[in-house]
Amino acid sequence: MLRLDRLVKTYKTGDQALKAVELEVPEGQVLALIGPSGAGKSTLIRCINRLVEPTSGKVYLGDTELTGLSSGSLRKERRRMGMIFQEYALVERLSVMENVLSGRLGYVGFWRSFLRRYPQSDVDEAFRLLDRVGLAHMADKRADELSGGQRQRVGICRALIQDPALLLVDEPTASLDPKTSRQIMRLICELCKERELAAIINIHDVALAQMFVQRVVGLRLGAMVYDGPPDGLSPDKLTEIYGEEDWEATIEKVDDEELETEAAE
Amino acid sequence: MSDVSELIGKPWRKPPFIQRRWLRWLLLAGFIAYLIAAFMTIEVNWSRVYEGLERGKKFVLAFTSPDFTSRSSDIYEGMMESIIMTVASSVVGIAISIPIALGAARNVAPLPVYLICRGIIAISRALQEIIVAILLVAIFGFGPLAGFLTLSFATIGFLSKLLAEDIESMDKVQAEAIKASGARWSQWINYGVQPQFMPRLIGLSMYRLDINFRESAILGLVGAGGIGATLNTAFDRYEYDTAAAILLIIIVIVMALEYLSSVIRARVQ
Repeated sequence: MLRLDRLVKTYKTGDQALKAVELEVPEGQVLALIGPSGAGKSTLIRCINRLVEPTSGKVYLGDTELTGLSSGSLRKERRRMGMIFQEYALVERLSVMENVLSGRLGYVGFWRSFLRRYPQSDVDEAFRLLDRVGLAHMADKRADELSGGQRQRVGICRALIQDPALLLVDEPTASLDPKTSRQIMRLICELCKERELAAIINIHDVALAQMFVQRVVGLRLGAMVYDGPPDGLSPDKLTEIYGEEDWEATIEKVDDEELETEAAE
Repeated sequence: MSDVSELIGKPWRKPPFIQRRWLRWLLLAGFIAYLIAAFMTIEVNWSRVYEGLERGKKFVLAFTSPDFTSRSSDIYEGMMESIIMTVASSVVGIAISIPIALGAARNVAPLPVYLICRGIIAISRALQEIIVAILLVAIFGFGPLAGFLTLSFATIGFLSKLLAEDIESMDKVQAEAIKASGARWSQWINYGVQPQFMPRLIGLSMYRLDINFRESAILGLVGAGGIGATLNTAFDRYEYDTAAAILLIIIVIVMALEYLSSVIRARVQ
């Protein structure tokens, strides 16, 4: 359903964020992408819907190759890829309903969207989705009045109303407390199952990923170093993904703190 | 990590902005010397000031007995002209400013558009209102048309620049989320960008309305119509009581606008 073919992203600064990543996601599969900060997780999913332009390589969504598309056709293809963001990325000064309906912008014309006159079917679907995540009564509240967990639910509705075939999910739980994080992950996975959606979920909480997904891909310095079932992640594998130096850096920091405490005493 | 025990027990001070001590003191001494020298060059003709004090006193005393009545029709006409100039120029100026501001924001517009819009802003800001007014009075003749055009022109430079800066500092992720849904450019602006700059636009517009009204009182001095023309005439005739009445009305209107804008800004937050 989604296939990445030797996807490379080199930033202007010369940093190679992705090194020829090859990945295939079959229909309906929920995949977790784990790795340390700066491993290229965010870049990877942004290269798929071209919020970041890949340097080379190809992205196939179904039979369509995305990297060569004109901006008009790219807009059409983006409708099939719902995106859920870290920190929610709701437009804070718009209402919950406007935020959800903004997922339909790829389908309606400018004047309809400008005058907020959406087709009845869109409005109905928006209410159904909001009701599904338990927020139907919040429809006319402004997005910035909501709590973190509620905002992410609205973010999920916005992605789903696009009627996508694929969800791109970027650190959905990064700013949520542990309980809400689990609820949000469970909700995303349930909805994917209900609608038979494929999903790529960037997440740095390994335990949370293992709890919910069927497949885990580990990324380190822009290259894939693990691809397999969640219970195959041994401590050795985790060290390989998150890096030896990183562990040492953490330990060193603890030493420094101890030293300072001693000195203060 | 350096040895902490070396640092313990010693006083700590914020490192100075200029490291070299002699340079720091030299700059400070030089600045003070320049300031003193600069003040010494200002010549004051004290006998002239003494004479002028009398006139100043008359002017100030006029405020205790402002004359609203004897020139009331002139004041009314001038005031109406000023208000019309203010409202019309603000509306037109703001309407033109919005697309220019979008064009002058680097994160929204492509480079050629950006350069053109920045150019327009630079021209509008470089030319001071009075200079523009003198030029436009020369072209269109005395009267409020020249004033209206001047203020519209000045509004563009002011509003576009400040609005563009607000757009450039917007939250990129909110706008990105709209883009990811497959929105076209116009929809992206309407949903992802506009809600973010709206409070600033309203605040700036109210402030510009205020400025335009005050400017309209100045522009009359160079013949561009409005209450300034009435004020100028009053001064020329040494009718300080009428001038005082006009100034009082201006103060009241500016205060009313200030109050109105604070109410509106509180509501759109």
